[in-house]
Amino acid sequence: MFVTVRLFARLRELAGTSELRRELPDGAVARTAWESLVRDHASLAEFEPVISCAVNEEYARLTTPLHHGDEVAFLPPVSGG
Amino acid sequence: MNRFHLTADPLNAEAIVVSVSSAGCGAVATFIGLVRDYNQGRRVEWLDYEAYPALAVKTFERIGSEAAARWPFVALAIHHRVGRIAIGESSVVIAAASPHRADAFAACRYAIERVKQIAPVWKHEHFEGGDVWVEGATADPEDEAAKQAAYERACS
Repeated sequence: MFVTVRLFARLRELAGTSELRRELPDGAVARTAWESLVRDHASLAEFEPVISCAVNEEYARLTTPLHHGDEVAFLPPVSGG
Repeated sequence: MNRFHLTADPLNAEAIVVSVSSAGCGAVATFIGLVRDYNQGRRVEWLDYEAYPALAVKTFERIGSEAAARWPFVALAIHHRVGRIAIGESSVVIAAASPHRADAFAACRYAIERVKQIAPVWKHEHFEGGDVWVEGATADPEDEAAKQAAYERACS
């Protein structure tokens, strides 16, 4: 399956892109997408303990299952306000 | 006017106050977050704000639902600005209208605490000689302890 991955703020800068397509195996969860990103962008690894994720524009867990066409986003710690 | 809104335009606090006011409303509490010229010993030149727009608006709506469950007679608005914001300009405006002031103050405080905990918005601080992404809380809307901490701050 193919999913769209979106990255924000420092994660976006470290990966050098705000959006990318990823091919993942059937049964993939959000964590599978994250691990696939870290393989290509090792500097993202240090964020693993503090990231949040969202699937299809709703907050989700790293254990949330992904489906073909989903949008999965990874978010560094937030600092709005 | 949408009560939960993300925009690249300057925020108009007066219009946001009007959007929550009604005949039965005896009080409006507002919170206006401003870009400050000094942070952690550095002279700040400007802030760039980035957001995940669709999720940010949904998160403001979620905060609105949480506030409505605790303060059913409060009308709340949350407007956040993104893009480059100069020193002295506002980055966020929250308005809470209520028949009485206590609920307006509490709901307004609760809303800004929750924005800081869970809104997918990031500050990129540009200071004299460099820049840094400000990283605060790991956003988890289901974290009951965080929600309770926001409530306690609101009611202290």
